[in-house]
Amino acid sequence: MIEIKNLKKAFGDKTVIKDVSVVMESGKCNLIIGSSGSGKTVFMKCLVGLFEPDSGEILYGGQNFTVMNDEQRKELRQQIGMLFQGSALFDSMTVEQNIMFPLDMFTKLSFREKLNRVNEVLEQVEMKDVNRKFPAEISGGMKKRVGIARAVVLNPKYLFCDEPNSGLDPQTSLVIDKLIQDLTIKYNITTVVNTHDMNSVMETGDHIIYMYQGEKEWEGSNKEIIFSKSQKLNDFIFASEFLKDAKDMRMLEAKGKIDNDRNMDELLKD
Amino acid sequence: MRIFTETGRFLLMLRGMFSKPENAKVYWKEFMHQCSDIGIGSLGIVMIISFFIGAVSALQTAYQLVSPIIPKSTIAQIVRDTVILEFAPTLVCIVLAGVVGSKIASELGNMRVSEQIDALEIMGINTKSYLVMPKIVAALVTIPMLVVIAGTLGILGGRIAGVSTGIMSAADFHKGLLGNFLPYNVFFALVKAYVFAFIISSIPAYFGYHVQGGALEIGRAGTKAVVVSCILILFADYIISALLL
Repeated sequence: MIEIKNLKKAFGDKTVIKDVSVVMESGKCNLIIGSSGSGKTVFMKCLVGLFEPDSGEILYGGQNFTVMNDEQRKELRQQIGMLFQGSALFDSMTVEQNIMFPLDMFTKLSFREKLNRVNEVLEQVEMKDVNRKFPAEISGGMKKRVGIARAVVLNPKYLFCDEPNSGLDPQTSLVIDKLIQDLTIKYNITTVVNTHDMNSVMETGDHIIYMYQGEKEWEGSNKEIIFSKSQKLNDFIFASEFLKDAKDMRMLEAKGKIDNDRNMDELLKD
Repeated sequence: MRIFTETGRFLLMLRGMFSKPENAKVYWKEFMHQCSDIGIGSLGIVMIISFFIGAVSALQTAYQLVSPIIPKSTIAQIVRDTVILEFAPTLVCIVLAGVVGSKIASELGNMRVSEQIDALEIMGINTKSYLVMPKIVAALVTIPMLVVIAGTLGILGGRIAGVSTGIMSAADFHKGLLGNFLPYNVFFALVKAYVFAFIISSIPAYFGYHVQGGALEIGRAGTKAVVVSCILILFADYIISALLL
């Protein structure tokens, strides 16, 4: 579990994170959503220690990350995995070496054991025969999967994903979302996902935090988001006419005004 | 004012390098990789440059020494001392500032921009220690070796040019080479080599490590790293010469 209390961060005169408090539970996909410039990337970077917050507390399983010294942070970071927007794979290493790197650095396993673990996580992300390929030789979706494999190879307690679907087609995005969700549930990981992707929000958002101009504007689940009264959130989520219509349909379904068991194939026949 | 900020950040980067390695084996592997990149990777260009510098200095010295009173062996002495004192350490290191410096700056800059450094940080790795220190140590180990090779090849170049063009005989060249030789000059050249090696590796590492932005900034960092390194090499050259000679 990650507990954030009154987090604040400013760059010069501009306050980017304004007093945000939130609890992120383990075994859940915690989604941070918001328009560009709303502060979600800065928020995530504060959580993993890439930026130092100006005030507030970040508690990882009760341990206060903000007051830890470098050595304590190093230890905690071995429980953290992160998938970056551009995957951040090491260009000079093969897929296998990329995934093996954290094992090389932090374990005393034999090469055979490390290789077995690498193949195990590659299997989990549904990738085969790519061990000897370099990042430049694989597609964007594959890079994301390798990034996930590297992030989970040390069995982290916390998984951070910065825009895992950026640059991916809708189908691959769903596969990546499913993968993140499955790993979260299977290993009871506290997963924090920073996303713009509305499919992700609707499919995997066990817990959603909507950020608006550095503040937490709304918090809830993907089931509750349809019924949100927040105009800012509705404008953000249901930006297109198509999505507005979809929302209206869902609301009518929920109110029992249309039949939610209707056979769409039958209706669309003509 | 900015120079103080930059110097402060540079010193903080150097201080940040000193921490217990997460895994000594991985650090050793990285160090050896850098030795190969910096040392073996630059060997070809160093050999070519030093050979021709020696050859040209022999020809130009002979061109200027027209007096019949001055023995031919003096040319060899001048070639030897200029190669050892200046050409091998300074000129070779200026070339290496371009070759090695731009490579270090662009490699680290690319890692910064593509979030690879952030990825290492989040894994709990001291990136200054893992990425910067092996480069500096590898440069301190390999560049003085390159300077010694450059000195040897420079003198050899001078000999081949001098003898093959008929300016002097091989015996004259050997006589000049051994006459009035001061071993201190080699020590002086090595002191310069170590100082320049530190400049060539640490300055580009600083500029590369602190890149902010995109591809354009990586290019700028590379250029800045080479320019600043060259200026510092020339400045250090003057200071060392003033202090040690």
